[in-house]
Amino acid sequence: MAAFEGLSEKLGSIIKNLRGKGRVTESDLTEITREIKLALLEADVNYKVVKTFISAVNEKAIGSEILKSLTPGQQIIKIVNDQLVELLGGQNEKLKISSKLPSKYLLCGLQGAGKTSTCAKLSVLIRKSSKKVLLCALDVYRPAAIDQLISLGKQLSVEVYSEPDNKNVIQIARNAMKHAEKNMIDTIIFDTAGRLHIDDLLMDELKQLEQLIKPDEVLLVVDSMTGQDAVNVAKSFNDLLEITGIILTKLDGDTRGGAALSVKSITGKPIKFITTGEKVNDFESFYPERMASRILGMGDVLSLIEKAQENFDVEKAQEMERKLRTSSFTLEDFLDQLEQMKNMGPIENLLGMLPGVNQKALNGVNVDEKQISRSKAIIQSMTKKERNNPKLLDASRRKRIAAGSGTTVQAVNKILKDFENMKLMMKQFSGNKGKKGKSFNKMKLPF
Amino acid sequence: MSFFDKLKSGLKKTKDNMVGKIDDVIKKFIKIDEELFEELLEILIISDIGYETAEYIIEEIKDKVKTKRVTDPLEIRKMLKEEINQILQSSSDKELKCIKHPSDDLDIIIVVGINGTGKTTSIGKMASKLNDLGKKVIIAAGDTFRAAAIEQLEVWANRAQADFIKHFSGADPSAVMFDAINAAYKRGKNVLICDTAGRLHTKKNLMEELKKIDRIIQREAMNAQIEKLIVIDATSGNNALVQAKAFHEAIGLDGIILTKLDGTAKGGIIINICRQLQIPVKYIGVGEKIDDLRLFNSEEFVDALFEEVPR
Repeated sequence: MAAFEGLSEKLGSIIKNLRGKGRVTESDLTEITREIKLALLEADVNYKVVKTFISAVNEKAIGSEILKSLTPGQQIIKIVNDQLVELLGGQNEKLKISSKLPSKYLLCGLQGAGKTSTCAKLSVLIRKSSKKVLLCALDVYRPAAIDQLISLGKQLSVEVYSEPDNKNVIQIARNAMKHAEKNMIDTIIFDTAGRLHIDDLLMDELKQLEQLIKPDEVLLVVDSMTGQDAVNVAKSFNDLLEITGIILTKLDGDTRGGAALSVKSITGKPIKFITTGEKVNDFESFYPERMASRILGMGDVLSLIEKAQENFDVEKAQEMERKLRTSSFTLEDFLDQLEQMKNMGPIENLLGMLPGVNQKALNGVNVDEKQISRSKAIIQSMTKKERNNPKLLDASRRKRIAAGSGTTVQAVNKILKDFENMKLMMKQFSGNKGKKGKSFNKMKLPF
Repeated sequence: MSFFDKLKSGLKKTKDNMVGKIDDVIKKFIKIDEELFEELLEILIISDIGYETAEYIIEEIKDKVKTKRVTDPLEIRKMLKEEINQILQSSSDKELKCIKHPSDDLDIIIVVGINGTGKTTSIGKMASKLNDLGKKVIIAAGDTFRAAAIEQLEVWANRAQADFIKHFSGADPSAVMFDAINAAYKRGKNVLICDTAGRLHTKKNLMEELKKIDRIIQREAMNAQIEKLIVIDATSGNNALVQAKAFHEAIGLDGIILTKLDGTAKGGIIINICRQLQIPVKYIGVGEKIDDLRLFNSEEFVDALFEEVPR
């Protein structure tokens, strides 16, 4: 993507030009803050929000030792990052649960933000804590919106309350609450119709619903790809309703998601959840640090590590680590590793989370998912003995393996070479003091 | 209400729209200097035009100021308008191919885009428009993924009095297209509109699926005139350009439908898309009613952007 590199690279190139000058002057700082400003604007952070943000950063930068520091670039990025995290909200906040059942959550937002899917995802999350959940379909305007919720409910076996022929949402909501009381429901989630924040009639309807339902949480659903207009939307909804939290959707795309910062700073309400895919489990708590890195285009190491932890078997990993350190890593282990890697999802997603890997660099990379399957097939075509001792593999064995896995001898050779290289690399990593210094011997492998 | 009025009324509802600010800034300055340009650049960025295109516009104006020796800041307003207009020019008044040059064989419109931009609604509106023009329309329910997407489209098809070809939820969308093309030929239809499931441009497998749909359609309807449209949400920011680019690379786009312009977002992102990808904007969506789909007119669009707003 043109002009879409991360802030760190941009600042890097400015700082490079400054090298040799010995020190960063105040006018250099102006240039640096300009870059920060542009980076935030490119990430779709609202302009007004950017302005206040920059002045806060400036204040901190001047107060600190940046100008004298030898690594001003990193210093500034740290200040920017800290400030972002602070603004995005310190800790991640949990859903409020009513002391008097049922707990009621009202979801609202623009058309196409993803309210209905989010309702379903939220219901699954709440059900996990063994609650009886009811979804209530209040979108009487969009064709088949009610059907959508009903069929999602069926898929997930969550009960859905709807009155297909009734257009009076107030009545439906009232009946749903009665129904909930009768059936000892713990939680009701109300799905409302998407509406423009300037549509007075529909906004009024929403207000009435809020007054009737008296929800424990009013959650504003915001598309993370929203541009500068995010502030107008958030402000209108927040002025009218008692918004208690925000849900950011579609974060599985490659948007920087600056809207998160805009919405948070305009409403002052916490971002509670994010959705990261179309499956019901693609629903996560919000972590400000991760969002900050994303907005700055610095990769999302934390999510990567978490993903790795979720999908990697800890015992296996420890065993693997020991093997790597003692260089007794075999093809069998290599196979295990390939399998675990597959569990973590598309490799491009993983690469995108690494710092320093920017969109531009990724453009050329086309990781072939099938390659992993092919490698697996090759290793699986070896005997146990061969896997543990690759030295056994002579030409005729290699031929057999190629035939068995439906590949070529060259492919088999390549895998073996990759494997040897990997072993060599790991040896260097785990060696006591590499050429490059101390960091390696402490390095724990992420899996 | 004309398109122009509708756009204006949308704009009036925002207190800080782009032009209010452009005029404010210009009035502040007595002479043209670097500071003025810097402020104008910021304003352009706020309207979601994107940094690169905003900078391009400002550089162009700077050049003209120099060569024409302009000294009055008020001239800048006109120049900005011209500049944006020129970028959008290529996309002015481009009607659908099936209306302007109908094919003797069959006209096919394929509608793509990410989730929640308004594909289904736009298809409904297009079908109704084509029906009003006397075309025999048939719609293919290619979104077999999202819950109740088929039902939603069916409602629109009924409203537009169009035939409707559907399979079941979870079916192969390419198979739906195959059947729809056969039905279109057998029933002697003029236009086939194909819905597709919303997909993020970063999902490789889903983009591959889209390519397959495209291949099947081209194979099964060899003599048909095919037009591929992407639906873009006017509220989206810089990511819309990335989306358009990805879809363009995958299947090649012929046009854009810009939806949700009835809110407070200006849709400045299309200026960026037009400049970088040269894909014309065909229609804009300005409401939820069946006739709220209008032909895009770049001059009107820019005029509406620059309309003085009474405060």
